[in-house]
Parts: sequence; C-alpha cells; structure tokens
Amino acid sequence: MVNQSRMAYIARNLKRSKYLYAMMLLPFVYLIVFKYLPMYGLIIAFKDFKIYDGMLGSDWVGFKHFQKFFMDENFVMLLKNTFLLGFYLLLFGFPIPILFALLINEIRKKWFKKTVQSLSYLPHFISMVVVVSMVVTFVKVDGLINGITGIFGFAPISYLLQEEWFRTIFVTSEIWQTLGWSSIIYLAAISGVDPEQIEAAVIDGANRWHQVIHVTLPAIASTIVIMFILNIGNILDLSFEKVLLLQNPQIYETADVISTYVFRKGLEGFQYSYATAVGFFNSIINLCFLVAANQLSKRFGGSSIW
Amino acid sequence: MVAQKSLPSRLFDGFNILLMILISLAMVYPFYYMFIVSISGNTAVMTGSVNLLPVAPSFAAYQSILKDPMILVGFENSFLYMVVGTLINMVMTALCAYPLSRPDFFGRGIFIKLFVFTMFFNGGLIPLFLLVSNLGMINSIWAIVLPTAINVFYLVIMKSFFQSLPFALTESAYIDGANDIYIFWKIILPLSTPILATLILFYAVAQWNSFLPPLIFLTEKENYPIQLFVRNIVIEGQTADISNAMSQSQVESAAMSEKSIKYALIISAALPVMVIYPFIIRYFEKGVMIGSIKG
Repeated sequence: MVNQSRMAYIARNLKRSKYLYAMMLLPFVYLIVFKYLPMYGLIIAFKDFKIYDGMLGSDWVGFKHFQKFFMDENFVMLLKNTFLLGFYLLLFGFPIPILFALLINEIRKKWFKKTVQSLSYLPHFISMVVVVSMVVTFVKVDGLINGITGIFGFAPISYLLQEEWFRTIFVTSEIWQTLGWSSIIYLAAISGVDPEQIEAAVIDGANRWHQVIHVTLPAIASTIVIMFILNIGNILDLSFEKVLLLQNPQIYETADVISTYVFRKGLEGFQYSYATAVGFFNSIINLCFLVAANQLSKRFGGSSIW
Repeated sequence: MVAQKSLPSRLFDGFNILLMILISLAMVYPFYYMFIVSISGNTAVMTGSVNLLPVAPSFAAYQSILKDPMILVGFENSFLYMVVGTLINMVMTALCAYPLSRPDFFGRGIFIKLFVFTMFFNGGLIPLFLLVSNLGMINSIWAIVLPTAINVFYLVIMKSFFQSLPFALTESAYIDGANDIYIFWKIILPLSTPILATLILFYAVAQWNSFLPPLIFLTEKENYPIQLFVRNIVIEGQTADISNAMSQSQVESAAMSEKSIKYALIISAALPVMVIYPFIIRYFEKGVMIGSIKG
C-alpha cells in the first residue's frame, strides 16, 4: 500500500514536470554520452585494448598497466615534475592574487582602479596558443627577455632549451595569465566587508595596516580557505595544454608531467590501455587531494566546497 | 571622517600607484611590443631597436598573412567553429539550466549532483578520444563542438541567475494556464538577457581559443582552426604551413623579417578576442558574473 502511494506520488511529480524533462532530454543525453561514457571507458585501463576487439571484447589484464607505469624508469621523474610544478604554482600563484586584491582595494581613484582591473583580466581571455607563442618567442636567444637582460650585460640564454628554467617560465607566465582574474573572487569578498566595521576600527584608532589585518583579512578568510582547498585539489591538475605547448624533448627532465606523458603514449604511441591507466592514476590522486583538503578544512571548522 | 593622512600612509599610496602602473604595463606591453615589431622594417627588428615605437612602419606582414591560403582557411574554420559551437553551447546550457533552477523540478538534486561530479572527475583524454572516434566524428566539426557543449561552471552560473528571478512570476503564469516551455521562452529568457549576453561572449572566446580538441580530433590541415596554425608555425617552427608568406618575406627581406610575420600572425589570432574584450568588461562592470557566482 505504502509502495503504491509512493509510486503514485512519483508518477504525479513526473507528469507535473513533463515539460521540464523534455527540456532536459538533450542535455542529459550529452551528459551520459560525453561525460559518463568516457568514465565507463576507463575499464580499458584494466584490459589489453585492441581496436578490432573493441572495449568489451578485449582481454582483462588486471593491474598490469598500472604496474608497468610504477616500474617505468620515468615514473619517479614524472611524479616529481608534476608535484613540483603544482607546488611552485601554489606557492607563488596562490598568494599573489590575494595581495593584488588587497592592494587594489586601497586605490581611492575609481577610474584608475577600474582601468588597472580591466587590464589585469585581459591575459585570461587570450588563448593558450597565443600566450605560449608569446612566451616562446620572448625567451628565444634573440627575444625580448634576452634583449632586456643584455642591457645589463648578461649573456643571452636559450631559456627553453635549459631544463632548469622551465619551472620558472611556467610559473611566471601562469601568474601573468591568472593574476587579475583570480583576484576577482577576493575583490568580491572584500566588497562585502561591512563599512561600519571599518568605521568602528578607525574610531578605535586603527591605521590602514590595522584595518587590513584585523577587519578585511578576517572577513575574506573563508573565501581564502575555499580557494586554497580548490587549489590543493587541483595541485596535480596542471594546465595540460600549457605544459604540452611549452615543453620540448630536450627539457623533459623537468618539463614532462603525467598528463603530457599520457598524451604521448596514448595518442602518439597508440598504447591506449597503458595511457588510460596512467591518466586514471593521475585523476584518482587528484580526487584524493581534493577530498583530503576538504576534510581537513571541515575538521578545522572551516568551509566545505560541497 | 576624512582625517589628515599620515606620511607613511601617503608613502604607501605613492608606492601602491606605482606598482599598479607597473602591473598594468606588464599586462599590455607584450601585446604592444608584438604589434610594433610586426609593423616595423627588417633592419630595425634585427638590430633590436624596436622597443617603444615602430620603425619604418608598414603593414606588409599582415598583407602577406592575408595572402596565404592556408592561414585564411584557418580563420574561416575558427569562425565557423566559434559560431556553431557557441550556438550549441547556449541552447544546451539554457535548456539544462532552466529545469535545474526550478525548486519544484522533481529529481533536481540528482541531476545537479551528476553534472557537478564531472567537474571533479572525468574519464580522461584517451577514453574521450576513443569515444569520439567510435562515433565517427574524427575530422568533423562535431568533434570540436559537441564534447564541449556544456561547461558545467557556466551552467551553474546560468542556473543561479534563473533562480534569482522571483518564482512568483512562474506561479502566476501557471495560474494563467501557461506551461513550462512557454514560461521559459516568454518570461524567463527575456528577463535574462544580461546573463545570456555574458555567457555568449564567454563561450565564443572559449571556442575561438580552443586548442586541445582540434589538436586531437582533427588530422587534416583543411579543418584546422587558426590556433593550430599558430602553434605549428610559431611554436613548432613548421614554416612549411606558411611557405607563401615566408618566401615572400625572403623576397622582400628588406621590408620585413620572419619575426614580424610571426608576431603579425599571433596578433591576428588574438585580435577577435581583443575586439570583444571591452564588451566583456562592460558586462562585468554590471556585476552580472560576480553577483551570480556569489549567489
């Protein structure tokens, strides 16, 4: 009886929302085909995938491809490169937009503030190919950077052929691209600070430094924590396009990361199962980082992203 | 309220303004530099004396790019992918965002979870590639525009915007006998033009800038968007793609260098985005995006 009335309840609701379901039909098909079918395709990481056998017909091989990756001579190097690049990006790329937001908030002239902000967002909209094209030509032996360092008497360096320069180039250009755009969320949080609090602080004798430390920063702390969680969760999820475009075989020692290795093995080397296994390993670690960071934040009474 | 500013306070202001000017220059100068090199004469470019102003300006580099048939094909393809892609993006995102914005939509929570989960986990590069090739889409426009049909982040933004509209509108339309599709088309969409315009711009930029899907799904040069040509010519140094323009540059080497052509190409590939950038900023100032992210 209970079951029946429940069924009736569901049926009534389905009927009531029928037009909404009709609207959702195409997006839902998209979701299943282009988002969830590839997840199902991950099973080839545990198979020896051959094109003519298809995904279902290929033989199961268990964790063979994962073992092969862990035993690979490049495994440690790839893991280290991916981690270090993500770590440096977090170390330098995370605080700078916060600092920028706090500093630009101190600008009193409205037109100047708007102009600086508008200009700082620009690189975010420029395509990765164009950005990397710029970087590549600027750091060449006869490029802009060597022209500038040349003024101070430094010998020209072919930066992108030197493995010790790759991380610097990657992180610096990433900061240039994201500085303004990443600061938006903090600026939005700062604009939500209650002006009365600031006034009260001023009456209590707070100077501008005190205002930032004791009023503004605590007010945006939860935003900072959430952004930090998201950034930790994405620490291994580097901008694949950018690394791929910037790297070259001469500097793989520092520039090769897991995702570019997947690209090379899978799409250029046709080792589909192996590359899928490596990519799967990468996504699992990403997910672990995200969940762990979120748990930590929850435990310490902070915010959670879900 | 306005107190006499202390000396440290004024010093800080001066330093801060200087820093902001430097940051602004760092954002703009690289583009300006490429532009002045692209229109400067060969000898000046070679000796590195083009820093602040163009020397012997001419638009020869741009003319030779526009004469190159492959480059033109690249621009045409990019334009086609952008128009078709953005159209699909908008239709699919709006169709999906509206039901998800309705608090009375049965099953709403499950659908939202299914979409949001894909922001944190996906099948990865190889399974997607195999799927698209199994669907027979390799080397077609569908491989470029369909896998990216809905950006979940933009979906959430549009959903939040729809949610911010008063639900009483929907309820009263119901009483007047309207159905959901009519309400969406005649009431919700006309009230949502700011968010629609913003997302059109964002999707269009993303389609124009798209690099990875064309790289893995397109193998024929006739289908390449301009981004792939720029990558092949400037980053990989495959000058064969632009042989026409390059050989012309050798003929007219007195007038322009290879560098000028490369910079002209980079500038041209970024130009459409630069042109619509002021519109993006205008919508931004209305607070559309920020408001909906916060909400």
